[in-house]
Amino acid sequence: MAGTAIHGGLVWRTGTLIERHRESATAHTLALDVPGWPGHEAGQHVDVRLTAPDGYSAARSYSIANAAAGNRLELTIEELADGEVSPYLAEMVAPGDPLEIRGPIGGWFVWHPSQTEPVQLVAGGSGIVPLMAMIRTRAKAGNPAPFRLLYSVRSPQSIIYADELRERAEHDADLGVTYAYTRIAPDGWPAPPRRVDAQIVGAAAFAPERKPLCYVCGPTPFVETASNLLIAAGHDAQQIKTERFGPSGGGS
Amino acid sequence: MSEEKIVSRGFTGRRPQGGTKLPPGQYLTHDFPVLSATPTPSIPLDRWEFTLTTETGEVRRWNWTAFRALPSVTITTDIHCVTRWSKFDTAWEGIAIDTLLDGVQSTAKYVMAHSYGGYTTNVPLADLRGGKAWVAFRYGGEELEPEHGGPARLLVPHLYFWKSAKWLNGLTLMTQDEPGFWEQLGYNMYGDPWREQRYTGD
Repeated sequence: MAGTAIHGGLVWRTGTLIERHRESATAHTLALDVPGWPGHEAGQHVDVRLTAPDGYSAARSYSIANAAAGNRLELTIEELADGEVSPYLAEMVAPGDPLEIRGPIGGWFVWHPSQTEPVQLVAGGSGIVPLMAMIRTRAKAGNPAPFRLLYSVRSPQSIIYADELRERAEHDADLGVTYAYTRIAPDGWPAPPRRVDAQIVGAAAFAPERKPLCYVCGPTPFVETASNLLIAAGHDAQQIKTERFGPSGGGS
Repeated sequence: MSEEKIVSRGFTGRRPQGGTKLPPGQYLTHDFPVLSATPTPSIPLDRWEFTLTTETGEVRRWNWTAFRALPSVTITTDIHCVTRWSKFDTAWEGIAIDTLLDGVQSTAKYVMAHSYGGYTTNVPLADLRGGKAWVAFRYGGEELEPEHGGPARLLVPHLYFWKSAKWLNGLTLMTQDEPGFWEQLGYNMYGDPWREQRYTGD
């Protein structure tokens, strides 16, 4: 259980918002230019700090969505109605505004293009964000490792990156994308909406014999359920990495 | 790179409700969020074992029955997670590390905590002595749930909560400090929430 060490301290850098666009009913992607950005690995996150005129600050962690590309950083933010930081990032900050960023943080829940084994991604809701960074990093590197994504969403409207995922899966035989709908399924969907269960995991995931490395990200109850289903299906617990967004532990 | 904080146009923020009990950069939660890097291990009590290993290799072992026969205490304390939530007045029952160390000959200054599933975290021995740390097995009057670290977890509430290793199965005394799991990945070697020691160099 080792990874990439961060040498020295982490400094706050001032980035500038380049653009923001809506990804779903509640998710927004912010593209930033961060001079001096040291680069990042797929799966890492950053701290974003906001400061009021009286000096009061609030910081939260957000997953990085893009493959490393110079000073460009993309964050996908889920707007929480009662949040302190996310509504500001989703609605108020405007292109050209500065944003303070610290990172990258986290060296465990990462995928590196030197990895070659099959990868099973399992996302619940906005847990897709660090997994999307892995999909994009793999594509950018031309890495042939087979990837499968099982993405649990409330409804078709709550899918983040829907068009891009469809396009990537159409053009890449080694990328499989399967959705699971918990509240509302699309018209003609063969099964009623339900939470991810053994049947869904069995149909969508790599067989344990392929020994995939599994990355599971989402709200805590989802991650508990999904990782237990993977273990029950025969996957080795040592091959499963998890990232949980607690009820209020992940970012608000 | 910025020395001074930059004001975010139009941001007013919410002032934390926690008063002087809330360390800098934290917000108060009433939930009990869960953060861990691996699936939750399932540990049958009849296979649970706890080992204390000194720097000379001397080993003390407890099975669940022997461990629970040790004198326990109740603890009510605030906890602070590096992901910025704090929770006040959490109620635990556990065995003081002082009790586990009773009679142990050691000149060690540091401890590595080990967990089922492979997690590790380092803590100075002085931070585990003197009624400041416990191996906790009950939370809120109930047996500690697996997702919160059951059967038993380390409880070092004056440090960020990643130091309070879940699914604890041993402590190893060390003469020199070594980084544990998150500490190798850029998190602070000590982790004092009041000095906001989140990452390396803080």
